[in-house]
Amino acid sequence: MAERYTSFEPGGTRWLWQRLTAAFLVIVLAFHFFLLHFVNHADEVTFAMSEARMTQLTYFSLMILFLVTATFHGVNGVYNALVNQGLSGSRKTAVKAILGIASLVLIVQGVRTAIAWAGGVPI
Amino acid sequence: MSQSYNRGLIEDFGRWREFSAGMWAWIFHKFTGWVLVGYLFTHIAVLSTALTSEAAYTTTIQALESLLVVRILEVGLLAVAVFHILNGLRLLFVDLGVGLEAQDKSFYASLILTGVIVVASVPTFLAGVSI
Repeated sequence: MAERYTSFEPGGTRWLWQRLTAAFLVIVLAFHFFLLHFVNHADEVTFAMSEARMTQLTYFSLMILFLVTATFHGVNGVYNALVNQGLSGSRKTAVKAILGIASLVLIVQGVRTAIAWAGGVPI
Repeated sequence: MSQSYNRGLIEDFGRWREFSAGMWAWIFHKFTGWVLVGYLFTHIAVLSTALTSEAAYTTTIQALESLLVVRILEVGLLAVAVFHILNGLRLLFVDLGVGLEAQDKSFYASLILTGVIVVASVPTFLAGVSI
């Protein structure tokens, strides 16, 4: 049998969550690229076009979910890579705190921007 | 029968000459991951101009998109994203126990498919830009 290379730890959930969010992001990232580069073209972007998309609840909620999932996947990926690289002890705690705060700031800023486009939560 | 295999410290990049296809896939996945997470923060920062005013957002995006260097960087971003998606799918399948024996071939397939998709997308990504 071939040797099995894996970064999973038995019972560990960090990489499991990475895989679960990946399955969602594969679809939504491809959709995002396709919609904003092939259906709509990047040089034609206006506030009004973004507003038109964001005022639809389905699109708005998908983009918020996309933001949260992508932030988790990106930051968790960085954290896991650093832990695999040997990060431990107080440096590990500090990195975890910094990445957590950075994630929170990114999500808050992204949600504020989405709300600015939609002129409020489109319920 | 399973056997233990001492792979050493795989994060030792000084051993790059010994790397196999799977190791290169691992390195490319990490590299593209770092680029994508860096871009995510930049992306939200640029889009945040919508918080200033409608005109600030439209002007900023259109000014950026008028630059050839931005369009070329976007093609690079596409390459990075497509590889990360395709290799990510490869990882998901391998973790589910599917295709482990052909993991080197699926890595090469990811590279080739990334190249094809990126080359085919270049005209769309460069449309309407002045040099």
